[in-house]
Amino acid sequence: MEIPESVDQTKALLGSGRYVADRSLATAVFLALKLNRPLFLEGEAGVGKTEVANVLAATLGRRLLRLQCYEGLDVASAVYEWNYARQMIEIRLAEAAGERSRQRLADDVFDRRFLIERPLLQALAPHDGGPPVLLIDELDRADEPFEAYLLEILSDFQVSVPEIGTIRAESPPVVVITSNRTREIHDALKRRCFYYWIDYPSAERELEIVRVKVPDAEARLAGEIVAFVQKLRGEDLFKVPGVAETLDWTRALSQLEIVSLEPTVVSDTLGVILKYQDDVARVRGAPAARILEEIRSDNGATVAQ
Amino acid sequence: MTPNSPPRPVTSNSSAPPAQRLLTHLAGFARALRRVGLPVSPEKLVNAVLALEAVGIARRGDLYWALHAVFVNRPDQREFFDQVFFLYWRSPGSLEGGAGDTSPKGDGWKPISRRVAEALLQDSGQGSEQAVESEFDARMTWSSRERLKSRDFEEMSGDELAEAQAAVRLMAPPVKPVPGRRFQMHPGGTRIDMRRTLRASMRTGPDTIPLVRRRQRARPPSFVVLCDISGSMSTYSRVFLHFAHALGQRYRRVSTFLFATRLTNVSRCLLDRDVDRALSAAGRLAQDWEGGTRIGQCLHEFNRDWSRRVLAQVPTVLLVSDGLDRDAGEGLTREIERLHKSCRRLIWLNPLLRYDKFQPLAAGIKAILPHVDEFRPIHNLDSVAELAAVLSGGAAQQDAPDEFAA
Repeated sequence: MEIPESVDQTKALLGSGRYVADRSLATAVFLALKLNRPLFLEGEAGVGKTEVANVLAATLGRRLLRLQCYEGLDVASAVYEWNYARQMIEIRLAEAAGERSRQRLADDVFDRRFLIERPLLQALAPHDGGPPVLLIDELDRADEPFEAYLLEILSDFQVSVPEIGTIRAESPPVVVITSNRTREIHDALKRRCFYYWIDYPSAERELEIVRVKVPDAEARLAGEIVAFVQKLRGEDLFKVPGVAETLDWTRALSQLEIVSLEPTVVSDTLGVILKYQDDVARVRGAPAARILEEIRSDNGATVAQ
Repeated sequence: MTPNSPPRPVTSNSSAPPAQRLLTHLAGFARALRRVGLPVSPEKLVNAVLALEAVGIARRGDLYWALHAVFVNRPDQREFFDQVFFLYWRSPGSLEGGAGDTSPKGDGWKPISRRVAEALLQDSGQGSEQAVESEFDARMTWSSRERLKSRDFEEMSGDELAEAQAAVRLMAPPVKPVPGRRFQMHPGGTRIDMRRTLRASMRTGPDTIPLVRRRQRARPPSFVVLCDISGSMSTYSRVFLHFAHALGQRYRRVSTFLFATRLTNVSRCLLDRDVDRALSAAGRLAQDWEGGTRIGQCLHEFNRDWSRRVLAQVPTVLLVSDGLDRDAGEGLTREIERLHKSCRRLIWLNPLLRYDKFQPLAAGIKAILPHVDEFRPIHNLDSVAELAAVLSGGAAQQDAPDEFAA
């Protein structure tokens, strides 16, 4: 599928992949696609950063290449590695055949056949159906040296393998970088990207997301869950629930065939949305009941109007 | 400028030929720059002379940029160069003669920094008296330094404090590296570097394959500094920030937070290589200097908003505070426990430890003590030196927290 021609088309494209996007996010995605620049998505855990890349790959019909970052990520696991075992066999075979020329042996051993391509190198290779979507996930977990290396790749989309030469992408991949902000990414890298901060959605949008993602949930339950989670985000918690938690909770309660939030239900299933014991202890019981009460009275007010 | 003119004593005598006077002024300018803190070597002065010969002195703009090209190496030196240039070349003779007033004229000028003003004043009239005085000082230096080492920061005069701060900056230690996740080639390594091994085998031919080994490469640790800037701590925290700044200049991964009634992240300010500008920027950012302290509240803010962002690399945390809490330690236990559990080492630096009979009686202190790995004083140069020794992995004697945790 061709890349979209306008912001509206981009929004529709994301929508067709069941991703409910703000117009601002659609604009950033559109610009990144149109101008062939990486898209840098930052935001709290569970607001749907990774999902953008998934949906883009699915709707554009491109291959998704995912590189999960971690500290110490090196060229061998991110770009390429030689298949040492096969190289050793090759050397043994050459030895058995009486091959003595070092130059020919080197050419044999460092052949493209023995090169294991990792995501960054795969992303540069031509693909059927257009350039792939390259997802560089949680870049903040990688260390500064990798960031510097990435800078080099993202600026000219080429990799040089000393034994072979330079490998260059004919058409650059669609790059999506995500960060949870466990540390600040260097400005030099951000500068090359379109930056977008994905915030927690508003109540209306979150309800829309729940309807799209969990269509078989009861409307009343979905409304209450979204209202509860929205209230919870205003509380003083160590980690407030993201959209992913809202969806999990909706699915969980639907499975339990619950149609409406009750204090006991909330207390029993808090572990689905709060992942720190301190937070669970702070909300369980009376505070949860208070929030439920507030939701009920808010609903009452809207009905009365 | 006649290169062959005989060397003469450097004076500002107006009867000297103009070229000689220019050289004198140039030397004076270089001296002033050096006092402000720019690295000015004799070689640079020679370059400046050559540059002026090439460019000429007919136009002030050319003079400025020629000298700028010679003396300025880093962007953060520009401001000082600007100010010194403006003051000095406005009327170099008057400054040399001692009549220079250092207040800038004209609009659009930033106030002249104290450092520049002092540097230029020193260069002017009082020179001869000061020379005598500094000679006298030089004889006193050793013993006065010794005395300074054990003197409480709070009892120091302004000059002594400035000297102590300079000393503290030099103490920012080479810290003990921690194991990283990357590898480097090393003959005694425990793992085999397959890639290098195979490349090496190409050199020897297929009969033998020499093994190339690798081991984990160490990396500098990261630091988080949490500095109390409330009234009771103000002198100590000001001195300690010099230490934090020097540490940050040496190791990039240093995050610094100031707190009293609220928490302020000043890490970006402290990236400035010039300590005066860095600390004044930090001072402007933090609005609650010399107020009361709400340690529990501030640590809570830190844990909620920043811990995920700066504690991910498992840093050593330096908590600089006297533990005297306005909220009487309310909510402090939970927060300090969380902080302790998410860092490599929590070092509490408390100036109150200077008292021999220190007893952890205040509620805040009692709450913090069980959760720190190390508890040390930070009230004089000796204690800073000990801290430096601890950070670099040396075995300085420790004040075990258990001693007090009754």
